[in-house]
Amino acid sequence: MKPQDPIRTDMVIVGAGPVGLFAVFEAGLLGLSCHLVDNLDRPGGQCAELYPDKPIYDIPAVPVCTGQELVDRLLEQIRPFEPVFHFRQMAERLERTGEGHWRLTTSAGTVLEAPVVVIAAGAGCFVPRRLPLPEAERFEGRSLFYAVRRRADFAGRRILVAGGGDSALDWLLTLEPEAEEIALVHRRDQFRAAPDSVARMRELVDAGRARLIVGQIRALEGEDGELRAVRIRTKEGEIVHPCDRLLAFYGLKMELGPIAGWGLELHEGLIRVDTEAFETNLPGVFAIGDICWYPGKLKLILSGFHEGALMAQKAFRYCRPDEKLVFRYTTSSSELHKRLGVRS
Amino acid sequence: MTIRVHVTDREGQLHELDAEPGWTLMEVIREAGLPIEAACGGCCACATCHVYVDEDWLGRLAEPSEEEQAMLDEAFEVRDNSRLACQIRLDESLSGIRVTLAPEF
Repeated sequence: MKPQDPIRTDMVIVGAGPVGLFAVFEAGLLGLSCHLVDNLDRPGGQCAELYPDKPIYDIPAVPVCTGQELVDRLLEQIRPFEPVFHFRQMAERLERTGEGHWRLTTSAGTVLEAPVVVIAAGAGCFVPRRLPLPEAERFEGRSLFYAVRRRADFAGRRILVAGGGDSALDWLLTLEPEAEEIALVHRRDQFRAAPDSVARMRELVDAGRARLIVGQIRALEGEDGELRAVRIRTKEGEIVHPCDRLLAFYGLKMELGPIAGWGLELHEGLIRVDTEAFETNLPGVFAIGDICWYPGKLKLILSGFHEGALMAQKAFRYCRPDEKLVFRYTTSSSELHKRLGVRS
Repeated sequence: MTIRVHVTDREGQLHELDAEPGWTLMEVIREAGLPIEAACGGCCACATCHVYVDEDWLGRLAEPSEEEQAMLDEAFEVRDNSRLACQIRLDESLSGIRVTLAPEF
């Protein structure tokens, strides 16, 4: 890959969950601009991915809101600061530049340079849950997939799709016309996917164009990474289902990922920070929200907001070493009103 | 009254834990430092507190909700006695319950 010209900004935030979003606000009040990197395809992190419809009761002055409402409100709050999002990419590499800044490279090849990097990555990045079978690794990327990257990998194949959610059913319906044959394996005859997709899947099954197997995958068979059959445990006993492509959707899991190799001091898998500025052992690299650790740390969204506010104070000194930081309130400061786009 | 919970870990080691009424089974296991991920913190939004409930105790629990079933869809090695520990709220009637941690994944 040809190295890209780096994008220069004040602050690169890893993770676009609630704490990363609010960090944009606190940085923005101080006149700092931010770029955010997230492996999901939209902002919100766990709030949007795990519990968009679940109520949250412990946000100060918001008696109740859902995960998604919290994200929507934060996005509205930070809009004046025009954050730039880089979705569907993982923060992969962190290096010091010659001028003492940080260069962060993502899995998509985006290169960002800034005096400050803020890790607000929660419990890590969301990645597909892998099939927990010892033999799975031999097939991954060749005949076992957790996402469809190239449709051509599936055309003319005998495909087995595993799962009961929207991803599983959507791909079953999409790939059916071009598959040699296609089957769906799910542990029960009920599906949490959209009712319309479930109805269409059942039509295909009734028409004999797809097979539905109620059961759970037990083992994979094949040689040299090429799948030949999948053993499935059903109520009636174990069956061997011949197929040469397995597309498995067991949801997403969170893992620390490449951050673990950045030379950060860790404490039980979390990043150790000081409680004055939430800075890590690497100067100019901060960690806030669920991913940071200090004595007394609580994994609460509100703690992450506080951590972001204090972080921004020190981040300002890295970004604007020659400027004086004057502490101001949003209530009264015309300077802050200007940044917020408020007409005073 | 404290509630006694018997947990078998993935190495087959038995742990006897004490809980207060109102705790969830996941909380008891997590607070004891046993390896249960409980990624979502107990709001039935993941499947990382998957346990097998001893058959003798299974019938004394309320049926799993559709929400819990939907999350178990994302677990592996799901059996008829599979439950999410965060969805089991303990009271005196459950003192003595026996569970086994499901494989991690």
